[in-house]
Parts: sequence; structure tokens; C-alpha cells
Amino acid sequence: MTEINAKGLRFKELNEKIRAAVAKGEKEITVKGVNGQYYIGDGLRGTATIALDGVPGNDLAAFMDGPTIVISGNAQDNIGNTMNSGRVVVKGSAGDVLGYGMRGGRIHVLGDVGYRVGIHMKGLKKQSPTIVVGGKAGDFFGEYMAGGVLILLGLNEKDGATLAGDYLGTGMHGGAIYIRGAVDKGFCGAEVGITEPDAEDLATIKEAVGEFCKDFGLKPEEVMKKPFKKLYPASLRPYGNLYAY
Amino acid sequence: MFKSLAPPEYLATIDTVKCIRCKRCILNCGWGVYSWGGDKVLIATSKCVKCLRCYHYCPEEAIQIHDNPTRFKANACWGYNNIRNIKRQAESGGIPLTGMGSDLPYPILFDNLLIDACQVTNPSIDPLREPMELRTYLGKKPSSVSFVDDKDGHVRLKEKMPPQIKLSMPVMFSPMSFGSISLNAQKVLAIAAKECGIVMNTGEGGLHEDLFPYRENIIVQVASGRFGVNPDYLNAGVAVEIKIGQGAKPGIGGHLPGEKIPLEVARARMIPVGTDALSPAPQHDIYSIEDLRQLIYAIKEATNYKPVSVKIAAVHNVAAIASGIVRAGADIVYLDGFRGGTGAAPTIIRDHLGIPIEHAIAAVDDRLRQEGIRNEASIIAAGGIRSSADAAKAIALGADAVAIATTALITMGCTVCGKCYTGNCSWGITTQRPELTARLDPEVYAERLINLVHAWEHELKEILGALGINAIESLRGNRERLRGVGLDTQTLDILGVKPAGR
Ligand code: SF4
Ligand code: SF4
Repeated sequence: MTEINAKGLRFKELNEKIRAAVAKGEKEITVKGVNGQYYIGDGLRGTATIALDGVPGNDLAAFMDGPTIVISGNAQDNIGNTMNSGRVVVKGSAGDVLGYGMRGGRIHVLGDVGYRVGIHMKGLKKQSPTIVVGGKAGDFFGEYMAGGVLILLGLNEKDGATLAGDYLGTGMHGGAIYIRGAVDKGFCGAEVGITEPDAEDLATIKEAVGEFCKDFGLKPEEVMKKPFKKLYPASLRPYGNLYAY
Repeated sequence: MFKSLAPPEYLATIDTVKCIRCKRCILNCGWGVYSWGGDKVLIATSKCVKCLRCYHYCPEEAIQIHDNPTRFKANACWGYNNIRNIKRQAESGGIPLTGMGSDLPYPILFDNLLIDACQVTNPSIDPLREPMELRTYLGKKPSSVSFVDDKDGHVRLKEKMPPQIKLSMPVMFSPMSFGSISLNAQKVLAIAAKECGIVMNTGEGGLHEDLFPYRENIIVQVASGRFGVNPDYLNAGVAVEIKIGQGAKPGIGGHLPGEKIPLEVARARMIPVGTDALSPAPQHDIYSIEDLRQLIYAIKEATNYKPVSVKIAAVHNVAAIASGIVRAGADIVYLDGFRGGTGAAPTIIRDHLGIPIEHAIAAVDDRLRQEGIRNEASIIAAGGIRSSADAAKAIALGADAVAIATTALITMGCTVCGKCYTGNCSWGITTQRPELTARLDPEVYAERLINLVHAWEHELKEILGALGINAIESLRGNRERLRGVGLDTQTLDILGVKPAGR
């Protein structure tokens, strides 16, 4: 267990300290006094768990490949930018553009998230990213989605409340979005189909919700009680007719 | 089926007397123009794009491809392509796509610039017998240097030099992704880059494992689709490039049609097979120079501070934008001019948006000098560099190096037919169809590309020799050695060159 004091450190110095600790083989790292430093865990590999105390700045876990980062409070924008694998746990709320182009791993946010979350996520059978949000999301949730799984739980919302903003899944051409609650077609992109999850979908949701609940000490059975809607790409080529050949 | 009212552009004809029925044309045409009719070759001429593969492979010279003489009535306003595009749009309701750079007759200023030479009062240099330095380093240069004498009598730089990309000459290959071009075409670029001591650029489509041996000669690209980007990828090459825009399609995103996304390309990009690979127009995490800075440093942090290049299309305000990019921390600004090529772009965008590279180089170089930050970043110029003369002129206008793509593809057989977006390239370049890509033997075609680069190297040395200078460094931004012919005062002013005769 290593403890790093981030107070007064610039992002470069802080990241150097974290990398040095990981390079030494440290598995448990605690960073105290985090105050807006960008790029924490950027491009970091390995299997260390890094607990952050305070509010980290933008681009946390960008390009990250393996480690787990746990944030005690809120987080800012661009978490998990093009992240490859690993896990980010946010116990508060987080900002805009989380998981842009994300390729694998998990992001779990207990509270709400901002605009353009989970846009252009990728996914293969072998490697696929998952974002689970406990609260609500802003506009453009899952825009350009090409793979992976996005789940919106609305844990503290009343039945029938809308959980995502406008332009939900605009340009979606792969992956799946699961929403625990009502979905208004009028707020979805034209490229999105809405359906009931089938058995395979439910297994995916269950697994993801199980992992999410582990991080926050919640009961998965409770969360699974409410029904989910599935959003899927209506076409692999949403813009196929746009062009004349 | 309703016959298209847009008449075929080309007439493919076979001289049946010469034809020996070998069926090679049927095999070679990627567009399915020819088929076997039992006793002769049948021709579906409306599919022909004049790529000339069939002509080249016909052993009897029996094939002729003509521009269709049946044109609409000549009209100085309603040109053939205006009418044809309207008809195509009326039939499909779609946006006509195109490949390669614009073929419209916009002025090409390189053709209005002439290079100086020495006579009598200053000696020219014979490049065959005297050393000539083309080596180019791309990256931030310190604004001042100080030296220390170390113990063993050597002089050393006091500060650490920012990271540089070393090129044996000021030429590199422009980004072209696996997907937009075939893996074999990428291999041609990689082999030639290594052999010539220059670099190729992956474009936005990931790095195929077959290219790993060439990492010292590769720049990897990150664009809005983030295809193929992971920590290994970022660290794989000598630098990372953030693509904001492309000269052929400024302001719009990337578009790789589903026809060009078979399994292997889909895997490299982590998207479903046969979907259109869409790179959004903006990078949705970059809405300002500050945001750009954030991504530049996210990449630097992830790569232990490799040089970062930012590629933009040359647009009206390019000088101010480039200044912002340099201030955001980029080591290289890559300017892609209006005439730059593309694998697929809407024709209307390609032909009507942006500014030519000549203006852009001059404007950016001026601006960075005025602001005292020219040393902070290198400038790469691209978009219609057709010869070593264009390269020399671009460098004299202020570029550090030029990047070429169409030129490189032409060495692989490309005839600039402009149909790259169909995925049927008969030359095996801009296609993913295995029977077509197999034609492009990387070793064989790399040899041709290497020849071209070496020829340009000699030509550049000849130009320097004629100028009486022995290092490309002395030509950089040296606009005094250029003169304009047939250019108006304002254009001369923008380019910072005098008219011929002055
Ligand atoms: S190979 Fe090219 S030129 Fe020949 S018929 Fe086919 S498209 Fe036309
Ligand atoms: S790469 Fe192929 S399709 Fe594209 S212009 Fe060249 S020959 Fe035509």
C-alpha cells in the first residue's frame, strides 16, 4: 500500500509518482488531496487499484489499459477517453463525454452524467466496453455507438421518469443501450430501434448490474426488479442511402 | 430497369480482330465491365471508370477506352459534369461521392512560381560531387541554445532537445488508413519509408501487425472515430498525429463505406462488418484550442512525450488556427490543402471548400514568424504535391517538409480515376476485395515507390545545387528565391514573393 499526497503537484509530477509506484509492483495506491489534476492514470497499464480522494480533473484514465481507479466523490469530463481495459468507479457524479471511443473495461458512475456519454464506443466479441450509470444522463447518450454496452439505471427516479436527454443514440450503428425505465421515441435518434430485452440481453444486463452493485454495495436483485428497454441500431448502415455511387 | 439518363462517361471498346479471347480483361476489371458471351467478350461500358487496368493487361492491345464522344450539347455554363451530377442526383436522391483530389481547373499557384538559379556572380554547386544535405528534423526547436564543454573536450547542448522525427529528406507519405487502402498498399508505403529513411502514416484505421517491423518509420493517427487506438498503438510509431481535418473534405468527418469493411478491417477498427465506418465531423472532446491542448497532452502523457502532430485542412482562417495549434503544444502542424486527395468524399465538399496549400503555407509561416513561435513547431504541407519542384516551392514558401499520397499511389498503378470510394480499385489499392488486393505485391511495388523517392531526392539536390546552396535548411522559408509569373499583386503579397523580373 502506497500513499501519495497530490497537494500542490502538477499532473505530470503526480502521474510520474503513480507510474513509479505501479512500476515497483505496488497493487494498492491511495492518492490524497487530489484537486483537479488532469490525466490521472493516462495510458497506465497493469492491475493496480488506485483510490483517489478529492475531485480529479479531465481525461482521467484516458487510454488506460488494466488498472482500477476508484474516486471517492465527483469526477469531471472525458473519463475513460479511448480506454482499453480496466475499471473506473465514481461514487459521485461525473461530467461530459465519458468513454469517448472506449474499447474495453468498465466505467461505473453512481450518480448522474453529463452530455455525450459513451459516444463512438467500439466492441468486438472478445473485448467490449461497458458503462453503467446509476442516475441520469444528458443529451447525445450513446451517439455514434459502434459497439459495447451502455446502461442507465435511474436508481432514484420515479417510475416513468425520462432518464436520458435528447438525441439518444443518434447515429448508432452497433452495440446496445439498456435503460431501466421509459424511453420516449421522440428523444431518440432516427437510427435507433426500441425493443424489449431478450434472454441474452437480460444476461448481459444482469452481469453488468452485478459488477456495478459490487462497487457500491447495492443489491442487484433490487435493481433488476424494474424492467429495462433495449435500444439497438436499426441499421448497420444508417447513412447508406445518403450517397449516390 | 429504368436506363440512367446520365450517359456513360467512357466507352470501352475491344477490337474483335485483334482480340484472342484470352479473357484477361474479364479477370482484371474490378468494376465488372466485361463478361464472357460464349464467343466474345461482352462490354457493359456504363460501369467503366477508365482506370486502364484492362488496357494494360490486354496482351494484344485490343482494348481502347475513349471518353464518350456522345456528350450533352456543349455549353460554357452547363458543363458535362453539372448536367450529369444533376441527373445522378435526380435518380438516387443521394450525395455524389468521389475519390482523389478535386479535378476542377482551379489555379495551381505552384505552376505560377519559378525557382531562382545561380549565374556568374554566385557559383552553383554540383550535387553529384559535393555534399548536399536534405536531412530534416521535425519537431519543436528551442528558441535559444546554450552549450557546455564536457570533460573530454566535446561541446554539448545544455538543455534537453525536444523529441524530433528524423527524415533523410523533406518528404513523407500522407495518412491513408487500412480500410481506405489495402493492407498491401500500406505495406508498400511502409517498406519504401523504411528503405528511404522517411515515414508513412497509418491514417485512422489502426496498425496492422504486419506493419510492426516498420515502427521506426511510422506515424500513428488518432482521429474522431478513434479507430484502432490503444496504448500500444499510441506508442508504436515515432509520433502521434491528431487528425482534425482533411483538405479534400474540410469540416466533415471520415467516411469509409461498408463495402470496404470486411472482417479484417472491422476487427482493426472494432466495429461491425459491413457498416459504414463513420468518423464524426468534430472530435467531440475538442471544441476549442484548450480542448485540443487537453488531447495533445493526454497523448503526450500516454506516450512519455512523443512528438504530436495536428493535421488540419487549409481553410480561410488557417493562420490563426495554426497559431492556436502551436500554442496548444503541438510539435508539428500538418496543413492539407484544398487539392488534397481522399478515399471518399462528397464531390460538392471536395470541389468547393477550403483553400489551396500554397496560400496556406505562406499565411501560416508568416503568422508564426510574426508571433515569434515559428520554432515551436514544424510545418508539413500536403495536398497536390505532384513533383519535387512542387516540394521545393512548398519548402521555399515556408514548409519544413511535404507529404505525398496520390503521387505514391500512382507508383502502384493508380491512374487517378477517382473511384476509390467504390472499393473496386482494379489496381488493388483502394479496395479490400481479396482477389484485387492480391495483385499488389508489396515488394514489387515498393521498389517502384523507392525509385520515385530516390528520383525526387536527386532532383531536389539538383535544384539546391542550381540555387547555390548545399542544405535544404537554406531553402526553408527562403521566398526570396521564388518569383511569381502571371500573379496579381495581392496574391504575390500573400505569398510573399516578388514578380519575375524584379
Ligand atoms: S479495367 Fe478499368 S478501364 Fe478497363 S473496362 Fe474495367 S473499369 Fe474500364
Ligand atoms: S486508387 Fe484505384 S480507384 Fe482510386 S483513383 Fe487510383 S486507380 Fe482509381
